[in-house]
Amino acid sequence: MTATDFRAVFLDELVRVAPDIDPDTVGDDDHIQEDLELDSMDVLNLVAALHERLGVDIPERDYPEIATPALAAAYLARHATA
Amino acid sequence: MAHQDETLQAGAPARGPATASPDAWDEARSLVEGWKGGLNIAHEALDRHVNAGHGADLAIRWLGKSGERRDLTYADLQAEANRFANVLAAHGLKPGDSVFAMAGRVPELYAAALGTLKAGLIFTPLFSAFGPEPVRTRMEIGSANVLVTTEGIYRRKIAPWAGEIDTLRLILILGDEAPEGCVALGPAMAAASPEFETVATKPEDPALIHFTSGTTGKPKGAVHVHNAVLYHAFSGRKALGLEPGVKYWCTADPGWVTGTSYGIISPLVNRAAMLIDEAEFDLERWYSTVQDEKVEIWYSAPTAIRMMMREGSEVAKPYDFSSLTFLASVGEPLNPEAVIWSAEVFGQPFHDNWWQTETGGIMIANRPGMEVKPGSMGKPLPGIEAGIVEREDGTLRELGPGKIGELALRPGWPSMMRAYLHEQARYDKCFVDGWYLSGDLAMRDADGYFWFVGRADDLIKTSGHLIGPFEVESALIEHDAVAEAGVIGVPDETAGEVVKAYVTLNPGYEPSEDLERDIRGHARKKLGPAVAPREVVFRKTLPKTRSGKIMRRLLKARELGLPEGDISTLETDET
Repeated sequence: MTATDFRAVFLDELVRVAPDIDPDTVGDDDHIQEDLELDSMDVLNLVAALHERLGVDIPERDYPEIATPALAAAYLARHATA
Repeated sequence: MAHQDETLQAGAPARGPATASPDAWDEARSLVEGWKGGLNIAHEALDRHVNAGHGADLAIRWLGKSGERRDLTYADLQAEANRFANVLAAHGLKPGDSVFAMAGRVPELYAAALGTLKAGLIFTPLFSAFGPEPVRTRMEIGSANVLVTTEGIYRRKIAPWAGEIDTLRLILILGDEAPEGCVALGPAMAAASPEFETVATKPEDPALIHFTSGTTGKPKGAVHVHNAVLYHAFSGRKALGLEPGVKYWCTADPGWVTGTSYGIISPLVNRAAMLIDEAEFDLERWYSTVQDEKVEIWYSAPTAIRMMMREGSEVAKPYDFSSLTFLASVGEPLNPEAVIWSAEVFGQPFHDNWWQTETGGIMIANRPGMEVKPGSMGKPLPGIEAGIVEREDGTLRELGPGKIGELALRPGWPSMMRAYLHEQARYDKCFVDGWYLSGDLAMRDADGYFWFVGRADDLIKTSGHLIGPFEVESALIEHDAVAEAGVIGVPDETAGEVVKAYVTLNPGYEPSEDLERDIRGHARKKLGPAVAPREVVFRKTLPKTRSGKIMRRLLKARELGLPEGDISTLETDET
């Protein structure tokens, strides 16, 4: 998978957790909590969904690294292939 | 307990039996000064300390999201609150008018709360993650005259309907610019005088209104008066160990009652040095903050504690937590594992305590110096009489140790709510036979410790917030596809409970994953993520009584695999 694919997977799971978000309007640098208004339970659910889909474990201390679609795509690309 | 056998008196006409002991609150009274023959919370929180020569003491150390820091002394915070009070006065607002605030944890929010109280107006905080509907409902019930918020929140959630709230006279926007029809708070504060003489409010004048959810009907506005400050001072000292200069971090948002009673008033009245972090929960940021700021007293919530626990002790190892002297938790029962884990990691267990929006302050607690029973909420504070009761022919019978019943309190402590706004009947229903009924089921053990069992009603406790199913159901049925909705809380290991909705569909709609998402998306837009359901399931029919009421209790029993109990009123079953 390419970084673009990981971005798509991330967005897909993001809007599944928070279906009030229109994926077409999400910018690469939008912060999932500050800009997209996910709460901490949403973040946990997103992390669980990404784990299920990609088998990637994201520990709490790495949450800042999935805070935007751009960061998340890079992070997932690094860890899913590792 | 010193006062267990006495009937209590707050020195105020709260509900309940006449008193036998007018002196029960002498100690609390000795912790406040009074102002011009009356009492004002902001005088006790700020003016009194500045007058006594403590103006240079640290009141707030604010940590911004992006690493900014700002220190405000008691004199600084007093000046900011004075400016805010002057802004209100300049716009013609008068004592008794109501100020709503909806913003993140920024210094201006604290100045607004205290400035409102100084000016004799009534302060109502709203959680900034609320969607537009909860905000509008609360502003309507509370006849909001002023709203303090950010430009982002205003544009997204409020602007479309602000003009329809006919009581609303002033919208103050944090920062230097404001949309049309609003006033920018930055320049208004800069132009206002830092001097203001605090209004001489009386002890029974309303000071704060906190909204809380009802099982049915609209949210209830619990009215608290300036006299509550006696109990804010007293309970902060007794249950949390607050004292002058102590470094204290309450992680609760001022949008909820904990973040106001113990995130603004109690620490300031006790002249503590408050830490305020604008950012949301972030494990390593929190650990660093405790270490670097040398936090001594830490008041947090089970959801956050369980998130720390999930990551394990290893992550915490590199940090130095030796500054901590007392840890407390509130919002929902703290599970025994979390108590034991925290003692290992922080050298101190989190001490659970219990109270409600209606009680205005901590009622039952594992207090400093007390033996902690993991999983228990502790014992009543001095002056508080709690009991476990059962209804019997319109009266109440107190139950002995080991029996499960409704947790009840003898009314009369100073921070007891004085009314539900415009809802006398609902207020009256809380009091039976000389007791205030909490709606929580609990048990008292032989040593006098209380243990939470569950809610006596359908309210949902999620991440420490109390959510009324009716408000969620009302938003769901506004979706074109939804005919009926039943909303319950289902157990969740992190949040305690999460909101789950059962819906039936209107003709022409079929269940699908897309529709499920669309309904959840709709609910999140209306209600915000904290209140909206995390899961929506489809049913052909919902279990209902003969009178057509959805039996949430039955949905829940089935969800949990519990006995269904009395189903004699069931008319239509779930399919």
